[in-house]
Amino acid sequence: MDLAVTRIEDTFKGYAAAVQDFAQLCVTAAAGAFRRPWYVQETIYHMNRIGVGSIFIVVLTGIFTGMVLTLQGAIQLEPYGAVPYVSKLVSASVVRELGPVLAALMIAGRVGSGIASELATMQVTEQIDALRAEGTDPIKKLITTRLIASLVMVPVLTVITDGIAMMGGYLIAHFSLSIDTFFYWTWAFAALGPMDLVYGLLKPLVFGFIVCMVGCYAGITTSGGTVGVGHSTTHAMVTSSILILVSDFFMTKLFIYWGW
Amino acid sequence: MIRFSNIFLKFDGRQVLQNISMDVPAGQTQVILGGSGCGKTTTLRLILGLLHPESGSIVINGQEIVGLTERQMASIRAQMAMVFQGAALFDSLTVRENVGYRLWEEGALNNESIEQRVAESLRFVGLEDTLDKMPAELSGGMKKRVAIARALACKPKIILYDEPTAGLDPINTHLVSELVCRLHREEHVTQIVVTHDLECAYRIADRLIMIHRGEAIFDGSVDALQASDDPRIRTFLRPEEVLAEPGCFPHKDGGIRVVPPMSEKAEQAPA
Repeated sequence: MDLAVTRIEDTFKGYAAAVQDFAQLCVTAAAGAFRRPWYVQETIYHMNRIGVGSIFIVVLTGIFTGMVLTLQGAIQLEPYGAVPYVSKLVSASVVRELGPVLAALMIAGRVGSGIASELATMQVTEQIDALRAEGTDPIKKLITTRLIASLVMVPVLTVITDGIAMMGGYLIAHFSLSIDTFFYWTWAFAALGPMDLVYGLLKPLVFGFIVCMVGCYAGITTSGGTVGVGHSTTHAMVTSSILILVSDFFMTKLFIYWGW
Repeated sequence: MIRFSNIFLKFDGRQVLQNISMDVPAGQTQVILGGSGCGKTTTLRLILGLLHPESGSIVINGQEIVGLTERQMASIRAQMAMVFQGAALFDSLTVRENVGYRLWEEGALNNESIEQRVAESLRFVGLEDTLDKMPAELSGGMKKRVAIARALACKPKIILYDEPTAGLDPINTHLVSELVCRLHREEHVTQIVVTHDLECAYRIADRLIMIHRGEAIFDGSVDALQASDDPRIRTFLRPEEVLAEPGCFPHKDGGIRVVPPMSEKAEQAPA
């Protein structure tokens, strides 16, 4: 009995210690953005890898999400004779929810797991220790640069996803449902208020932070050789996906509470 | 000058180092000998400030480093360089960028001077034609030599080596050992070499310390080590004599443990 209690206690202590380490890493990485050296070239390199490298998957995500949403929305609106207003449904749901969440999940799969495996390999091959030995702060060089790149590029990718999704919706609305172009875009924009823009940009900012920091934390805490690298990559992908969905719920709840 | 006094270190409740003390005078080459997992590499990590001891004192060039923060350690690390066991070259950088990494990061020299220093360091290890190669294109021995060039480029006062000859063929082992000797002779660098390669150790050491299960069991010259009658040292130095009989294994107290052959066990088992 005592052994079981001790084990449970140790497990919870382990979780608490991991949360504490993660919070500490987040603060140190964020603080790194405000002190020299700046590693501008490195940050631009990561922006290119995270941003430009992910355009293809977010375009695919956006276009198919927009198309399927229009098809399903038209079926639901048909009994009320409201099919022409389907663009209102598409734009509101894409900008507020689907665009940020789906783009973030795709980026978590591509970028988050990439960051985790890269840092994990550096950790198990002693390259992170070598950086410290060479007098470089590995958190600033490896994590702060990726964090800045993610915070800039994930919102940009989300805006692209939103735009492409609305375009995908238009293709179906125009060619399959025969909705007039002007009508589609007028109602698509009519559904959006200024706060939707804030709403649609705040979420990807938080998601970008989650994807990057979870990937970095999983990477630099890796142990156990190549098996550990695989474990960290999976762990980063699963944890960031769950955190994206959970944080999305709480952010939506908070925005509704504030009356946005 | 490096002084280790009464260092204790625990990992997950396991005592890794117990009461380790040693003095390494400036310009000398100290070898740390011992079997796998005895705490040799941990000792180097303590000197570099990558780990912190549970108790004890580590003084480097007159400055106590136990309790220093990462930022405070920066000035101490600037005097040191380390050659890691797997070389730990940065995968994404070329040999040139790896060797000149610290110099470019510090930004104290202009580009031309750094290029010159990089070329000099690579010439010292005989790899001046690998400047634009990536680490993945190099053999194990070449990687170790580039790692030595990287350590050399910033002209450190102290170089730490973690198993510099592990996994190398005899030619590369000779080359790496020779480089360590040359750095001692020509540059008068203080060096600490962790190894279990006895041939290399005898060749480069001014003084040796032997660690067994986290404890220092010998500190002295090569001759004194070879003359030692401590069973743990004898087993390490001459296993072919001490463990000559089939089924003999070293015991943790330094004695010998005899395991009966499998066929004998199988004969005894049924009943």
